[in-house]
Amino acid sequence: METLNFDLDKKPLREVNQFLHGDASGLNGKSVVIENPNGAHSIAVGLKSDVHVTIKGHAGYYAAGMNQLAKVTIEGSAGSGVAENMMSGTVHVKGFASNAAGATANGGLLVIDGDAGLRCAIALKGADVVVGGSVGSFSAFMAQAGNFVVLGDAGEGLGDSIYEAKVFVRGKVKSLGADCEIKTMDAESKKILIDLLAKSGHKDVSPDSFTQYGSARTLYHFHVDNAGAY
Amino acid sequence: MSDDKSTDTIHKTPQTTPRQSATFDAYTNSEIRRSAATGIYDIRGGGSKRKLPHFDDLLFLGASVSRYPLEGYREKCGTDVVLGARFAKKPIHLRTPVTIAGMSFGSLSGRAKEALGRGASAAGTSTTTGDGGMTQEERGHSTTLVYQYLPSRYGMNPDDLRKADAIEVVIGQGAKPGGGGMLLGQKITKRVAKMRCLPEGIDQRSSCRHPDWTGPDDLEIKINEIREITDWEKPIYVKIGATRPYFDVALAVKAGADVIVLDGMQGGTAATQEVFIEHVGIPILAAIRPAVKALQDLGMYRNGKNSVQLIVSGGIRNGADVAKAIALGADAVAIGTAALIALGDNDPHLEAEYQKLGTTAGAYDDWHEGKDPAGITTQDPELMKRIDPVKAGHRLANYIAVMTMEAQVVARACGKSHLHNLEPEDLVALTIEASAMAQVPLAGTNWIPGVTKF
Repeated sequence: METLNFDLDKKPLREVNQFLHGDASGLNGKSVVIENPNGAHSIAVGLKSDVHVTIKGHAGYYAAGMNQLAKVTIEGSAGSGVAENMMSGTVHVKGFASNAAGATANGGLLVIDGDAGLRCAIALKGADVVVGGSVGSFSAFMAQAGNFVVLGDAGEGLGDSIYEAKVFVRGKVKSLGADCEIKTMDAESKKILIDLLAKSGHKDVSPDSFTQYGSARTLYHFHVDNAGAY
Repeated sequence: MSDDKSTDTIHKTPQTTPRQSATFDAYTNSEIRRSAATGIYDIRGGGSKRKLPHFDDLLFLGASVSRYPLEGYREKCGTDVVLGARFAKKPIHLRTPVTIAGMSFGSLSGRAKEALGRGASAAGTSTTTGDGGMTQEERGHSTTLVYQYLPSRYGMNPDDLRKADAIEVVIGQGAKPGGGGMLLGQKITKRVAKMRCLPEGIDQRSSCRHPDWTGPDDLEIKINEIREITDWEKPIYVKIGATRPYFDVALAVKAGADVIVLDGMQGGTAATQEVFIEHVGIPILAAIRPAVKALQDLGMYRNGKNSVQLIVSGGIRNGADVAKAIALGADAVAIGTAALIALGDNDPHLEAEYQKLGTTAGAYDDWHEGKDPAGITTQDPELMKRIDPVKAGHRLANYIAVMTMEAQVVARACGKSHLHNLEPEDLVALTIEASAMAQVPLAGTNWIPGVTKF
């Protein structure tokens, strides 16, 4: 496999991103290594081909934002909004992720080996997000669809105003948000969980050690008795 | 007995005329009764309905001895506008400064969106998506399409981002600054639900804050990300609801906005609480000058390549409003409610149907219920057939042409060879309030409250 190296100390990010937006036929299956990212924002955003990108260090905000098809690996930690609004492909953060990781992601898989900050998987729209560590408060806020797996603990207000997304947490949940409740894990959900654990490098973790959460669906329609929750 | 009675009649204390309270007027009382009966606040569409200081309170000073006018229909009066040339490789070029404001597919029918696209394209202007993603009806029929980037991110995807001609990061809107979108179950049909990734038929409440950034420093990084995704081709607009226009504009420009869209409280919404529409935000008249001042203080006002353009909206109805907004410093305007009326919204020929809905033509604002007899603010497949996108688009194009020509009439009378040459010095105010808000003198005086001494 052909590998191309870009050093952000020497080449402007604009040129690297422009190269990564090139014709898919020239990028599919290629490997690209980005050295000295030094926390730059918007690295490898808007990719739309099956290119494999490895970021050799820490990324700033919105790394791999709106990803389509590409496989992006961040060997360090990621700033806010990693893989925000991802459509497809895979984004793997080997370190920690800051706030709003996987925000509004529609498809694909986001794997975070470490912890994630506040509002992880906020407004999730169909993607799969697996966090090896713990997640901060207000995670899965208004999550609409997709699956959110947390191997550690979750902070306050998990799944506030959640719609149809499925949430699986192995550790403690500090508190549940409005309209989020514990669900009985059915066979279909368990299969999803087993599959995601296998895909994210946690195949030895038992799905039975997780508790599933989801929407109680009491806020789907306006009702005067719910005024306090609005 | 009969004598006594007649005496009584003559000496009876005269009755006073029944007197309604100005404070507890008929509408207020009906709202109290409605609240008491339902236990939930009133939701409606449209913008502020109260009487506000507005462009009607300003007048132009036509040319006379001290300056000379231009010949109508003979001497040129330019109307074109370029938006977003600061960073974008492909700035927006429009033939008229009258643009179409953001309105979502979902709140409007697909055919209404198509009509907006057709009308705007024929008139040489842009149309704008809304809180529900981009539809083929709209992209296909709009020469220039502005794609909104909203807190909910409903339907947001990079393919549509790349198809857009400009991107508008929406912070807020005039009808509800600080509030998110709302679309009630009647309008969340299968197609709308799929585009927004929501269960069918739910009452949707969009978020009011963006999910992955907070504050102006983050906004700068976000704008940069959108530029990177789209290879710095497209202008980035930032839309704000008018509240603290000086600071909000200054921060948005600092964050990298190419164009500011400033929406006053008369600007419409598909649906929100009545209390929000009528009591949060300020009229557009009061917002333009502080916004322009912010651009001037930053050296970004009509300063060649280093300029940020200002689009204002909220109650723009005719060419006089367009000319006044531009004279106060705007580069362009946006119309929403007025465009819907041009398409056929609230038309008197549907009076019988409005009566059935308990309202009357001109007052119909329960757009969230999806029962619009004009087929515009609905997702009902039968009702939406009533709007003919070709004919409605033609009406919209006519209307925009009239507004543009009216603005030219005024500009030529003031001796201006381009609408953008209109300036505050061409205006006076009819009321003290309008004078203070628009910072132009009260007619016949040199007085601007808050600026000069009486």
